[in-house]
Amino acid sequence: MSSRRSRQSAAGVSRISDDQIIELVSKLRQLLPEIRDRRSDKVSASKVLQETCNYIRSLHREVDDLSERLSQLLATIDADSAEAAIIRSLIM
Amino acid sequence: MMNTPQQVKNPSSSLKSRFITRFLGALTKITAEDPISSSSPTRIFQRYRRIKVASNKSMAYSVRSRRIWSRAMLSRFRSRRSAFSGRRSSVKTTNCTTSPPPALIKVTINEKKTAKGGLDMQTDELRELVPGGEAMDVCNLLDETAHYIKCLTTQVQVMRKIVDFYHLSK
Repeated sequence: MSSRRSRQSAAGVSRISDDQIIELVSKLRQLLPEIRDRRSDKVSASKVLQETCNYIRSLHREVDDLSERLSQLLATIDADSAEAAIIRSLIM
Repeated sequence: MMNTPQQVKNPSSSLKSRFITRFLGALTKITAEDPISSSSPTRIFQRYRRIKVASNKSMAYSVRSRRIWSRAMLSRFRSRRSAFSGRRSSVKTTNCTTSPPPALIKVTINEKKTAKGGLDMQTDELRELVPGGEAMDVCNLLDETAHYIKCLTTQVQVMRKIVDFYHLSK
């Protein structure tokens, strides 16, 4: 379905075909929570890129926030203890 | 014979498992060296920083050098540790094969937006967010971004479960 036709852009640098990019952007779009749920019409690549940046930033913030909470919650944790085994089983 | 990383069986669960192991191990170290009984704000802040670094490190080490972004992150950590950045990892391009998009979802490229042509300027922001993004071509950037997002969501998911566990046990 994807044509591997490469095209020299005006800058003369890029030899990546538009179709390849479209496929990759579609793949990205699958990962984004917001766009995925909207009607599956045409979406501009720049919108997907923008949403991707926003999503990555929000994920960074979440890691931040969770690290903070963990720093307050953790008394001690022992990776070899039964406790850790419970955590593992809950997560996997 | 594996062509791309995507064809490995169950890559995400073993990645998750490796991440959990490393992260729990790192948390063990952190709490052992600095028990929460000393809860001055400075200590808590330091602990928060260490946990955050541990989380990112654990993920980068779990991915190892299979990805451009993880290699970039690992070399960042190493250059932070040593006084000089000795080893510069060269940017290798991945085998950029793609899977066909789902039939319903269509994406268009708005080339009229930039004089430079195509996605170059639109990717600037993304390049800053993905480790190693500055040196990637667009194809790799998008591919790496997808993987990076998957890893970040795994990080968040695991950390959330750990927080919930300790929250409930209080």
